[in-house]
This record gives sequence, structure tokens and C-alpha cells, in this order.
Amino acid sequence: MRRQRLRVAGAEPVGPYTLLRLGRSDLDAGVPGQFFMLEAPGRVLPRPMSVCLATPAELGFLIDPVGPGTRALCQLNPGETLHVLGPLGNGFDLDVARPVLVGGGIGVAPLPYLSERLGGPPALLGFRSEWHAEAAALVPNAEVCVEPVYVTDLLPGGSVDVLACGPEPMLDALRALVPDAQLAWEAPMACGYGACYGCVVEVDGELKRLCVEGPVLQGALRGDLAAQSN
Amino acid sequence: MLLNASGCLDALTAPEVARSLDAFVTKTITPEPRGGNAPVRIAETKSGMLNSIGLANPGREGFLVETLPQLRELGVPIWVSVGGFSADDYAETCAVLKDVTIELNLSCPNVDDAAGTSAEIVAACREATTLPLFAKLSPSVWDLAEQAREVEAAGADGLSLVNTLRGLALDERTLRPQLAAGTGGYSGPALKPVALAAVYACSRAVDLPIVGMGGVRTGLDALELIAAGASAVALGTILFSDPASVARIRTELATEAAARGFGHHLDAHRAAHSSLQMSGSRSGNSRQEKAANGAKSTA
Repeated sequence: MRRQRLRVAGAEPVGPYTLLRLGRSDLDAGVPGQFFMLEAPGRVLPRPMSVCLATPAELGFLIDPVGPGTRALCQLNPGETLHVLGPLGNGFDLDVARPVLVGGGIGVAPLPYLSERLGGPPALLGFRSEWHAEAAALVPNAEVCVEPVYVTDLLPGGSVDVLACGPEPMLDALRALVPDAQLAWEAPMACGYGACYGCVVEVDGELKRLCVEGPVLQGALRGDLAAQSN
Repeated sequence: MLLNASGCLDALTAPEVARSLDAFVTKTITPEPRGGNAPVRIAETKSGMLNSIGLANPGREGFLVETLPQLRELGVPIWVSVGGFSADDYAETCAVLKDVTIELNLSCPNVDDAAGTSAEIVAACREATTLPLFAKLSPSVWDLAEQAREVEAAGADGLSLVNTLRGLALDERTLRPQLAAGTGGYSGPALKPVALAAVYACSRAVDLPIVGMGGVRTGLDALELIAAGASAVALGTILFSDPASVARIRTELATEAAARGFGHHLDAHRAAHSSLQMSGSRSGNSRQEKAANGAKSTA
């Protein structure tokens, strides 16, 4: 875990998303599925972002401008600097025999780096519109579907190792079909390194910090306590 | 001296951050284990953040058996934040603690059950332990100085000021609370003037060392709290965004103090009061020494 100031190399639109590229300096990119906390200009808290691309010179983060922090990140200009902290959390286990990558929406973010590390395995990507689906260009060897077709409709039969990131309903559906899938979850985080206890999710019946236990969880039950208590 | 605010650092997942502090303050320990509140637990606002963690902790036994021995290995003085739902809850935890400073969390905004008045809890804990007792008070009271006098009379050795303020954030689209629990504790930059006012008022009211906290992001923020009457400063929300901030703030604190002609940052203690007419026997100097000594002896 290191905090370092990096320089923006570029910020390009990819459909509705922005690919923010940062000069990497000598920072460790970590394992695919791990994340960095990115300082959001003008905001109190940083934002957790998984590594999308890692080249010798740059780290890339795919960002969906859904709120004030992510919008500020997408509006960064080349030459500006920001602090990043990471790599954080637990990434994907890359020791898999028949990997199939599955991504939904902005959940495609960690898959380009994951695909590169796994030698370009098949990928199934689902989006809500053709515009969002432009992000599929970042992932080689991808089969793309747009709602109302879902990635679970495309899942091959037989024994495969699913590595996935996407919205909760997609991950829940995948887990029902492939109980031992490696799933990258998301939760609001203040710190990303276990200090705030803000990002807890229910794992195997207990509330655990997603930043420390995850964000990639395998075969674990992740319930929605908020839904149960309502 | 710099501490973390309770609940703003896990020394076991970030030991290097804990070691950069002069003392580590634990999350609040209650008699029984608590999972805490259901998510969503945090929300950012324009000038701060809300949390509704809900006193998640391993409980008294779990803390004593599992957590505390590991914390001791850090080699940093330990402050244990003690909470509960009755004066007995607090006192029973105080009774089993050794070789720590105790901070009584008398003001968690995320737990509804009233635990009795602050003075009653402090008095019960005073009976139960000879360890240093710091009372952490909420700024959400009409006369904080009076409460400070009450806990001083009940046997507190110091004050921790301030805890978070209760706040609410609504989702822009649905206009429903962002936090699952509805309201949460408001912290961050917006809290600093509230903390300064609380420290300032209590520093004039009682003869106790004060740990100041609330919205500290820079060495100058810390120096201002010291000038208002704090003799130690705790970092909260800033640790979430910058775990390396302890060393930075420590350096800035020395620089900012020196820039104002202070040889040591504690020489600025109560500087904010210096133009006021001090009444009775409470001269600024004797309190400064007492406050500084009190802080040293407890950490």
C-alpha cells in the first residue's frame, strides 16, 4: 500500500465512460481485480477504482461518471496530478484452467488487465445500450450482448472458471449458475484499507470489510442485509 | 502529540499508520460483540462525510483475548474507547483493562439506546479503575462547558472533543436517506469550527487536558486546536483519504508553530485565550503546564 502523486497522461471517452490514464512512475499495478483509491478533485474522499490497463508506463482506470467524485475524475486534464493509494484488496486468482471472463456495464473495468494476464481468454460482456457497449473494444476475444439479452444467456456449458465483475443482480445470477465463480463486488468505501468499516458486506453470514476480504470473493455467500432488514 | 480518532483506523490492518501515531485509539468496545449497522454505512457530502457504522466491535472478551495482545505488539501506547448501554457496561469494561488509557465514548450518534448521563457513567468508571479516563463528549449539547465541569467533578482525567454531529444525507434522485440507518455521524472539514468552539469553551471551564479533534487536515488545523486549548490532537476523516497524513501533519505542525514564534507547538497552547481577561486563580501558564503534563502522563 503506497500513496503516490501521479500525473494524468490522458482521459479519453469510451462510450459513456472515461479511460483515465496515469503515468505509472514505479508503482506496482497489483493483481487484476485489485484497486486503487483515486483522489477526487474537490471532494473529501477518494474513490475506489480497479486497474483497467497496466502498461510499463501507465495505469488506466475506466470510470463511469455517476456522481460528483467520478465526474471530477473524468474531467481531469493531461498534466494534472492526483494522489493514488494502492494496490489494495484481493484480486482474482489467476491459477485457472478454463477461464471465462464475464463483465456487465462498468464492471468491464478490471477485465482488460485480467485478460492480458490470462492470455486473452474468451469474454462475455453485457451492456444496457450499444453506446455503453463501446467499452467492449477494450477486451479482446469478447462476445457482446445488449439488454434484454444477458451474459448468463451466453454462458457456455461444461466446466469453466468464471471470473466476473458487474452489477449485483448479474453477480447473483452468475453465482446461482456457477457456485465457485470468482466475483468482484462493489461497495461505497471511504478509505479502501480497512480503517472505516464503511464497505461491509455479508460474507458467509458475517459483515466483513469488502476492501480487506475482497473485492474479489470466491464461493462466498454475499447477502444483502439492507434488503433483509426492510 | 497526534492520535487517531476512535473508529478511524484499524491498527491491525494498517500497522505502519498506527506506528506513526503517538498513541493508537481503538474502535469503541462494548460488552457484547456487535456486527454494526446494515450497509449503506457511509456517504460523502460536500464538506464532510456521514458514517453509521454502529459500534461494530468484537465485544469485551474478544477484544481482550484476540485484539489487545496484537495491539500491544505494535509498541504504541494504547487508548481503549469504551462504550455501552448502561453505566455498568462502561464500568465493567474499565475494571478489566490494564496498562491503557481509557476514552469513554459518551456520545456515539449512531446508537439510540441512552446510557445515562455522562457524569453518572464517568463516576461509575472512576470507581472501577485508576487508569486515566478521558470523556469523549458530543458537541450537540446546549452547554458543553457545563457538561465538561460535571465530568470533571465526576473524576474524568481529560476530555476528548469532539465526537461527530448527527447528520442526514439524501439521495438526489429518490430523496431518500443515503444511509441504511437514516442518519449518521457527520465528520470531516465542516466539523473544524465546531471542534474549535468546543475545545475553546471547555478549556476555559475545566482544568483538564483536552484531545482536540474534528476536521483536522493540516498542521495549521492542529495548531489552531492547540491554541484553542487542546494539548493533543486526533485525526479522523483525513486518515481515510490519506493514511500518510500523520507524518505530514506532524511536520506541518512544527513548521506552523515555528512560523509564529513558538519553539514547540505546545507553546501555542491556549494562545487563542491570551487576549481574554482570565478570572480567578486560573492563570494561563499553570494550566498550560498541567495540560501538557497530563497529556504526557497518559500517553
